[in-house]
Amino acid sequence: MSEQPDASTSEQADAGTSEQADPGKSGDRRIGVFICHCGGNISDYVDVAKVRDALKDEPDVVVSETTLFACSDGTQQEMVAAIQEKKLDGLVVASCSPKLHQITFQGVSKRADLNPYSYTQVNVREQCSWAHTDDHEGATEKAIGLVRAGVAKTRLSTPLEPLVVKTLPKTMVVGGGVAGLRAAVGLADIGLGVVIVERASALGGWVAELGPMYPNEHSGREQIDFLIAEVAKRPSITVLTDAELVSKSGSFGNYITEVRVKGSHSQMVTAEVGTIVVATGFDTYEPEVGEFGYGIDGVVTLPEFTKLVDSSKGPLIYKGKQVRTIAYVYCVGNRQPAGGNEYCSKFCCAATVHASLKIAKRDSELRQYHLHRDIRTYGKFELMYSESRERGSVYMKFPDETPPSVAKMADGRLAVTVVDTQTGNEELTLPADLVVLVTGMVPRQNQGLTSVLKLPVGVDGFYNEIHPKLRPVETVVAGVMIAGACQSPKTLSESVASGLAAVTQSAGILLKGFAELDPLVATVDIAACAGCTDTCLASCPYDAITAVDTDGRKVAEISAAVCKGCGGCVPVCPEDAIDLLGYTDAQMRASIDSLSLVKEPVA
Amino acid sequence: MSTATATGFKPRILVFSTNNISDPGIDLAGSRHMHYPAQVSTMNVPCSSGLKPGWILHAFEQGLDGVFIGSDGDECALLDDCGKRTGQIITQAQELMKAKGIAPQRLKMAALCSVCAEPFVGYMREFSATLTDLGPITAVAS
Repeated sequence: MSEQPDASTSEQADAGTSEQADPGKSGDRRIGVFICHCGGNISDYVDVAKVRDALKDEPDVVVSETTLFACSDGTQQEMVAAIQEKKLDGLVVASCSPKLHQITFQGVSKRADLNPYSYTQVNVREQCSWAHTDDHEGATEKAIGLVRAGVAKTRLSTPLEPLVVKTLPKTMVVGGGVAGLRAAVGLADIGLGVVIVERASALGGWVAELGPMYPNEHSGREQIDFLIAEVAKRPSITVLTDAELVSKSGSFGNYITEVRVKGSHSQMVTAEVGTIVVATGFDTYEPEVGEFGYGIDGVVTLPEFTKLVDSSKGPLIYKGKQVRTIAYVYCVGNRQPAGGNEYCSKFCCAATVHASLKIAKRDSELRQYHLHRDIRTYGKFELMYSESRERGSVYMKFPDETPPSVAKMADGRLAVTVVDTQTGNEELTLPADLVVLVTGMVPRQNQGLTSVLKLPVGVDGFYNEIHPKLRPVETVVAGVMIAGACQSPKTLSESVASGLAAVTQSAGILLKGFAELDPLVATVDIAACAGCTDTCLASCPYDAITAVDTDGRKVAEISAAVCKGCGGCVPVCPEDAIDLLGYTDAQMRASIDSLSLVKEPVA
Repeated sequence: MSTATATGFKPRILVFSTNNISDPGIDLAGSRHMHYPAQVSTMNVPCSSGLKPGWILHAFEQGLDGVFIGSDGDECALLDDCGKRTGQIITQAQELMKAKGIAPQRLKMAALCSVCAEPFVGYMREFSATLTDLGPITAVAS
């Protein structure tokens, strides 16, 4: 093996002279291929020696080896040594799914001073050996094709560097409810500037309207007042009320936003921020007239009921009359059939049981019937449920397909008819003075904000995170996070926790002062661009593509910092002038060629 | 049973998957040791809306018997209208295929979620059977 890195004198280059004309095939690369046994997870079904031997003859491949465990420390060190000794400029590891070890082997590349974007992970475990344990020959043939395709991709790779952008140490919090306020305090304490943008004329959101809450019976108002006082103590927090975010430009870490502040005369405020935390909360479900008797006097929603309870003392009085019997109908507006609000709002069982306990303590004679589908007082809320039953509340489970009905009786009282599954599906009619419809959360209609920030909305209407478990507050829009009940129904404590998670994410991005972005973005071949630009501009919902003048000619330009790397603009270009780095036209075609293993094209 | 089966023809299928949605679903099929034909090979891209119709045609020209697109559908975190965009790519690819006399049944698309292991395996078995009946692409294209 020649030690000379110059391609023109290397063995591989000599062997591949007939293909010099085609840069994709020419012997000017030095690629190392490592095929992993994964103990036996791969090698029990794939003949890894056969794969290794097949790859040895592949142009540009100067190392083709099998390893027992590619991810082990020892093998990683051997790979680093091989890259350095053989002066490799490309690396292919055929092992497990890239979701597991792509980062591991990119790290191996970096430690060996090899550009990590010249590394390709080939999945011969999840997508080969494990799926074809019944066909060893087929699995081996397939593995050879997959590894050759990986080599083809690496052969055409170009060294890429992460995009480094400076970031502004400031965060905008949209929404001044409990999640937003707690996030703002946390952001200030971690050393970031904060702008709170609240659409209403006062901070506080829904929680400010709530009375005593489980478990320590502090009112929502008190908790909000505490947070507002904390905000006021911190000069690094600016509060804008009667304010709406109306535009966002710039790129990750350097967003320029415009906020319209209403007042005696509207004005525009410009704020430059590094990240944005969206904590716009929820709306409560508003039943249709006639839905469980809504519209009949005495039929109220959960928010109306809690207000009634928290604004009075002693036995409950409704419209001048003492309430002696209450019937609660749970899951109103939630857990609906397909196409409706299919989710559970999580807080409503606990909030209802809590409110019913408060009133039971004030009136021991009060009769309370809870008509439910399931009681979901999970975690510590369970204690309230136990106490509620001990104090005499009656819980009846009705079948999903037979919901209760509510009607007005001749004497003016309400009649609630319910099928109780726990007493042999007997139909009962309960007289009641008050019927509480336990209404859940619905996504807040925020079309303006959604389109300004390009926030992804789920099928349920709430904002979507990148990953529900591992990246719960980040969105696909880099530097824009979601917190609280704008993401999904949440309890107060869950909202606060997600607000603080957004603080950590913002700090992680902004405290370094710079950010590194994945460089696998779309690029325009200026020479090929015809300057039509309408199609590509319209194809990008992130506004990453702009029309610019270059040497007196109009061409498309893609901002690497704004581009999300989806590639949606690639197929729309009539001139084929757009490529997605890491997935270029040449790489894709060469990989297909390698996979197909066919000598003669058929069409 | 077609004559192709009798001669041992096993159609080769190229699957385009997406990094965050359908590729994990295909991984899961393997993790569960669910079997589908070994002549199915997958290439991943960030989003099915970024596939060029020309790549699909190229796969047929290189002798692959079928192309399956595991699209993001409604789950796409990158593009709201991903399903519509991928549909347009399919339409354009079908026009290219028609011009070359390639049977439209050789191209299939279905939305595949990140846990869609069973549907994926089902699609592959079904698609493989369809392609077996159609016979090798050489016979169609020549």
